[in-house]
Amino acid sequence: MAENSLTPRPEDFGLAKAASESVPITDQEPSGFFKQLLGFWVTFQAMFKKPNTVQYPEVKEPTAPRFHGRHQLNRHEDGLEKCIGCELCAWACPADAILVEGANNEEGAQFSPGERYGRVYQINYLRCIFCGLCIEACPTRALTMTNEYELADDQRSKLIFEKEDLLAPLRQGMLMPPHPMYPGSDDGTYYRGEVKGSHPSQETAPHA
Amino acid sequence: MNAAQLIANDPGWVILVKGLLVFVLCVVLTLMSVWGERRLVSFMQMRVGPNRVGKFGLLQSLADGVKLALKEDLIPKAADRIVFVIAPIISATTCFMAFAVIPMTGKVSLFGHQTVMQLTDLPVGVLYVLAIASVGVYGIVLAGWSSGSTYPLLGGLRSSAQVISYEVAMGLSLVAVFIYAGSMSTSDIVAAQNHWWFAVVLFPSFVIYAISMVGETNRAPFDLAEAEGELVGGFHTEYSSLKFALFFLAEYVNIVAVSSLATTLFLGGYHALPGLGFTETWLGGWFTMVWYLLKVIFFFFIFVWLRGTLPRMRYDQFMQFGWKVLIPVSLLWIMVVSTLRIMSQRNTGRPIIMGFTVGVVLIVLAVTSLFDSAKRRRREADALGELPEPSFPVPAIPEPRVEQLNG
Repeated sequence: MAENSLTPRPEDFGLAKAASESVPITDQEPSGFFKQLLGFWVTFQAMFKKPNTVQYPEVKEPTAPRFHGRHQLNRHEDGLEKCIGCELCAWACPADAILVEGANNEEGAQFSPGERYGRVYQINYLRCIFCGLCIEACPTRALTMTNEYELADDQRSKLIFEKEDLLAPLRQGMLMPPHPMYPGSDDGTYYRGEVKGSHPSQETAPHA
Repeated sequence: MNAAQLIANDPGWVILVKGLLVFVLCVVLTLMSVWGERRLVSFMQMRVGPNRVGKFGLLQSLADGVKLALKEDLIPKAADRIVFVIAPIISATTCFMAFAVIPMTGKVSLFGHQTVMQLTDLPVGVLYVLAIASVGVYGIVLAGWSSGSTYPLLGGLRSSAQVISYEVAMGLSLVAVFIYAGSMSTSDIVAAQNHWWFAVVLFPSFVIYAISMVGETNRAPFDLAEAEGELVGGFHTEYSSLKFALFFLAEYVNIVAVSSLATTLFLGGYHALPGLGFTETWLGGWFTMVWYLLKVIFFFFIFVWLRGTLPRMRYDQFMQFGWKVLIPVSLLWIMVVSTLRIMSQRNTGRPIIMGFTVGVVLIVLAVTSLFDSAKRRRREADALGELPEPSFPVPAIPEPRVEQLNG
């Protein structure tokens, strides 16, 4: 049975529950003089404990596995970009840090599978709050976040990352776009991850 | 020859050299204490503190000083320019002056001249220190007033009220020392502690002095004058660059100064710990300075420990503590001490002295238990539900209360 506002609340709801389970809220009696002196022992003990500090520039501890760091624009297995220039990331961004301009994939200048690719892709790290809403918005998993956090720089202009700063590096078996799509495939095959690598015919194709 | 005679025989160049040495010692102690405090407090908070500049970060305060010196020196438009400049100078100079009467070593030879490491030996040396400390308050008051801004004014007023109230308690705690030493000269007081330190003989005085010296130097938990959460920086909010550095310097020199005075008056000054008296002749007597420094560092550690442990007190509690606890207690203690002293001087019989002591203890116990029961009764009266009914009509409190809290 679904609870609604008309159902009477149980006796131990909210504050009443807290009050019944723990100490009653009363005026605190001041603790004795010697009990108060125990605080000095706490700080004295702490002097001999191991500090929590990480000596950062010399020692770098790995981040949490899902730490929100610098963004990355991923590639399909044959090297084509996953970004389709839909701008959903830019729309999702609460800090207005992302600029995307899409363009059509032309014959001989195929950057991503399908019709469109992101021609301009900029992330302004002066504005980015690393909330990850852009990653949630991305329909092709083109945009993800790495664990890289050392993003400080000495000029504002250096902190606007362009597409080539964000693109994932080419791995083994990948080809530098633009190049044609895998023979006999369409954007659906790419999307379902059925393209497992590049085909020799993609390499020999004439570059634009 | 005693210390006073030795000092009186100093030629001019020895005085100059000693003055320079004392000044250098103060500055070095200050730099080291800033570093030491930051390191110690960080250990208490499980951090490591400054460890970059120099070995273990030892040069950190030097780097900070250079940074402060190179910063822009701002004087607000609303400030009274002359007073604004004079205030930090007053603060910094007065705290150095207190060191003139602190005995740092026993008899030593300085470039072949027999002397003691004490710049001058006034017959009223301790009074001189208290007077200098009072002049130092002017630095704070004038800084707060001349800044032409609200927070510094509030901070300056607070700290002047604080320093003045705690100076009363401090002065009273010293009276017992004067009575027992029979002198106000610092070297005589040290000499009077040959057998027993005054920290043992006059323990209540020592405790009162130790508390009031924290209040006097505006340090945590009595750092109401620069309560960052309430008053930004307190009296030095509007100060920058070297003028701020002077206040910073003054604060730490002050800590070292009150610690030195405590060492001199209560911990036997430059004398070695009991049982280690043979060390006093090492290095031609210069080893006594190590004892002096160790005792000062001990007090400094207490300062840092207090800061690391206690939260800041509320202003009214603080004043109440000073005026209603410290001052009456020290007045009572002085009465007891002076009575005992006179009795022993007149060779009063042991039973009478014992009777007097027991009587005082009984009276103190009776008064404190009366206070305690009064407090308990007040607390019970204040308990929820026993509040007196107001004379004007009020809406009934809904029952049960928890239901109301849940909305």
